[in-house]
Amino acid sequence: MSNCNCCCSQGNSKYFEQLEEILKNHAGTEADLIPILQEIQAAYGYLPKDVLDKMCEKTGMFPTQVMGVATFYSQFRLEPTGEHVIKICFGTACHVNGAEKVADALADELKVEFGGTTKDGKFTLETVACLGCCSLAPVIMIDEEAYGRLTPDSARKIIRDYYETGRA
Amino acid sequence: MEKQYKVIVGLGSCGIAAGGLKVMEAIKAKQATTPVTVSVDETGCMGMCYKEVLVEIVNPDGKSYIYGNVTPDKVDRLFAEHIGNGQPITEWVVQGCDLKTSEDSFFDKQERIVLRRCGKINPESLDEAIAMDAYKAIGKAIKTMTPEQVIEEVLASGLRGRGGAGFPTGMKWKFANASKGSKKYIICNADEGDPGAFMDRSVLEGDPHAVLEGMMIAGYAIGADEAYIYARAEYPIAIKRLKIAIKAAEERGLLGKNVLGTNFNFKIKIKEGAGAFVCGEETALISSIEGKRGMPRIRPPFPAQSGLFGKPTNINNVETFANVAYIILNGAGSYNKYGTEKSKGTKVFALAGKIARGGLVEVPMGIALRDIIYEIGGGTSSGKPFKAVQMGGPSGGCIPAHLLDTIVDYDSVNQTGAIMGSGGMIVMDEDNCMVDIARYFLSFTQSESCGKCTFCKIGTNRMLEILTRLTTGEGREGDIELLEELSDQIRRNALCGLGQTAPNPVLTTLKYFRHEYEAHIKDKKCPAKQCRPLIKYVILEDKCIGCTACSRVCPVKAISGEPKKAHKIDSSLCTKCGACKEKCRFSAIEID
Repeated sequence: MSNCNCCCSQGNSKYFEQLEEILKNHAGTEADLIPILQEIQAAYGYLPKDVLDKMCEKTGMFPTQVMGVATFYSQFRLEPTGEHVIKICFGTACHVNGAEKVADALADELKVEFGGTTKDGKFTLETVACLGCCSLAPVIMIDEEAYGRLTPDSARKIIRDYYETGRA
Repeated sequence: MEKQYKVIVGLGSCGIAAGGLKVMEAIKAKQATTPVTVSVDETGCMGMCYKEVLVEIVNPDGKSYIYGNVTPDKVDRLFAEHIGNGQPITEWVVQGCDLKTSEDSFFDKQERIVLRRCGKINPESLDEAIAMDAYKAIGKAIKTMTPEQVIEEVLASGLRGRGGAGFPTGMKWKFANASKGSKKYIICNADEGDPGAFMDRSVLEGDPHAVLEGMMIAGYAIGADEAYIYARAEYPIAIKRLKIAIKAAEERGLLGKNVLGTNFNFKIKIKEGAGAFVCGEETALISSIEGKRGMPRIRPPFPAQSGLFGKPTNINNVETFANVAYIILNGAGSYNKYGTEKSKGTKVFALAGKIARGGLVEVPMGIALRDIIYEIGGGTSSGKPFKAVQMGGPSGGCIPAHLLDTIVDYDSVNQTGAIMGSGGMIVMDEDNCMVDIARYFLSFTQSESCGKCTFCKIGTNRMLEILTRLTTGEGREGDIELLEELSDQIRRNALCGLGQTAPNPVLTTLKYFRHEYEAHIKDKKCPAKQCRPLIKYVILEDKCIGCTACSRVCPVKAISGEPKKAHKIDSSLCTKCGACKEKCRFSAIEID
C-alpha cells in the first residue's frame, strides 16, 4: 500500500502544520468554513478525515456542521485522487456534440467508473457540469490542460499517449 | 513615444483552452529576435470563440487586423509579412479595419454595451480601462447625483435583471434603498452555473472594472458600504483578474475608503463558490456566503429587507452590473433607445452547440432569433437542418424552427415556454433527440436539487426515471401524461426557482416535439437516431469494400469480415459507440 494516505498522520508531526498555517489566516467563524475547507483541499489534495477532526477541535465547529457543508458542495472530495484528474465536460454544448460517447470511451479505456480512480492510481475520471469552453465541444480537461473537438477515438489516443510518453 | 506595432493575444478561458498560451510564448520569442520594436499584450474574449486562438495586430498608424485560428507555427509568417513588410496576410484575417472578410457579418448586427471594453483592453491594466471611460460614472454619480437620482436614471433606462428572471433593476434598488438600517450589502451573483453559458465569465475575464464600477454605483444608490462577489470556483482566471482589478482600484483611490476623495466608502470582497448550482438562487447564495449549506429559504422576507447576515442586501448578476456605468455616464436615453417596449438595451448571449460560428455575442433586444442564429451564427455547424435552440439552460426550454422569428425580449421568449435566462443559447440540428435533451436537463437539475423541498427532491427524480426509461426503450403508455402531471405539481409547489423551472425543458419539448416522445414509447424508436438502446448500427453490403478500418477501430471487436469483402456488425456485442461510422470513408455504415 505505497499509495496509502490514511496513515500519514501517525508519527508525522508535520502533517498538521499545513492546517495550522491555514487556520492562522481565519477567525474560525462559520463564515470562514468554506474558505478553510477550500484551503485544506488545496494543501492536502482532498479533505482527510483526521485533518477535519483536528480542524473542529481547533475552531470549535461541530463535525456534523463541517461534514454537512463538505458533502453539499461538489468541489470537495473526501477521497484522494489519482495522479491526473480528467474532467469530462457534460455541459449542454458538449452533450449535443457527443460528450457521452467520449465519456464512455474514456471509462472503457481506463477501465474505471465515473468518479473513480484507476487501479494504478494514475487517473481519476470525473464528469463536470460545464468547463465553459463551449466552442471547443466536446471538451475534456486533464489537470489544467483542455482538449477539444474530441471523438471517442481521439479521446482514447490522448490516454494512450500519456502512458506511452511516460506522463502516466 | 515612438509608434510601433502592437500584438494582442486573446487570453480568455476559451483562448487559453484553444492553445493561446503557446501562441503567446511563440510571439514573445519572436518579439525578442525581431529587429522592429513590437509591444505584446493580452486581452479578454473578443467574442469569436469559433476562431480561437485570436491575435490582433495594430499597425503603428492605428489600423487593426484580427487573425483567427492562429497556431504557434503561424507566428513566423505573421511577423515576416505583416510586421516585417507591412502586408497583412489577408487570407488569415477575420476582421480588418479596411478589409472585407467573410466573418464581418458576425459583428454587423451586434451592439456592444456590456462588452464595450471586452477584447479591447488588457483586463489586468487599470490604465487601459480608464482610457476607455472606466470609473467616470461613479465619479459622476457621487459628485453630481443623489442616490435617488441614480435610482431614477436606472429605472428610466428600463434595465431588467440579466440573471434570467428580468426583474427591473431600478425597482430592486429602490426597495433596498428604502430599507432601514445603517449596514447594507451589495452582492454580485457571479455563480454562473447554467451548463453551456459563459457570458458572465467572459465579462469578468475581459473587463472586471465594468462589474466593480456597477457594484459601486449600486452601493451608493442603496447606501451600502460593503460588497461580495460570489464567483464560481471553476472560474480561476476570472477570480484572478477580479483580484488584480480590486487591488489596482484600491491603490488608485477609486475603491475603499473615501472614494475619489468623497466621504463614500466601498469595500469589495470575493467569495469563491464551491460548486452548487442552486447557489445561483439568491437566498441559497446568501446562505453559502454565511458558510452554510447553500439551501434556499422561503421569501419574504426578501433580501432587500433581510439578506446577508440579516441585513438589507441587493443582489444583481454580473451582466446587470456591467450595464450600470454606461447608463449613468451616458444617460438612460442612450440605453433605452435600444430594445422593445418592455425590454430595453442589449443582451449578451453565449452561442454554442451545433452552430457554425459559436461565441460571445451582444445584440439589441428585439432582434429575431433567426438573425442571431443565421446572420451572426452562420447556421448549423453540420450543415444539417436546424431543429431547435435551447434558451435559459435547465430552467429554460427549446424553441423550434417554426418560431425562429420570435424576437429577443422577455415577454416574447416567455410566450414560447422558454425563458430569456442568463444568456445560454444552444443550437441543435436534426441529429439531436429532444427526449434525450429533456432527460439531459432533468438529470442536471435532479443532481443539483438541494433536497430541501419534496416537490423538487422527489419530483425531479420521478421525472428523470420516466425520461430515462423512454430513452432506453422502456417507455410505457401514460408516461407522457405522468410527466405532465409531475411538471405541473413541481412548477406550482417547489420552494425556489430551481425546482419551479425544472420542468420547463420537458414541457417545451413536449409542446413542440410530442411526436418524438410518442415514437420512443409506441414504436421504441428514436427518430433522431441518438438514443443508443433504440438504435442499431448496420453495414451496407453494397457500399462496404472490406477495407477493415471499422473492425480495427471497434473497441469491443463486434465487427467481423474478411479483407475486401463486406463486413458485419454483431449487434449483441456492439456498444453503439459510433467509432466505426466515424472511421468509415465510404458511408457504408448506417444507423437503423
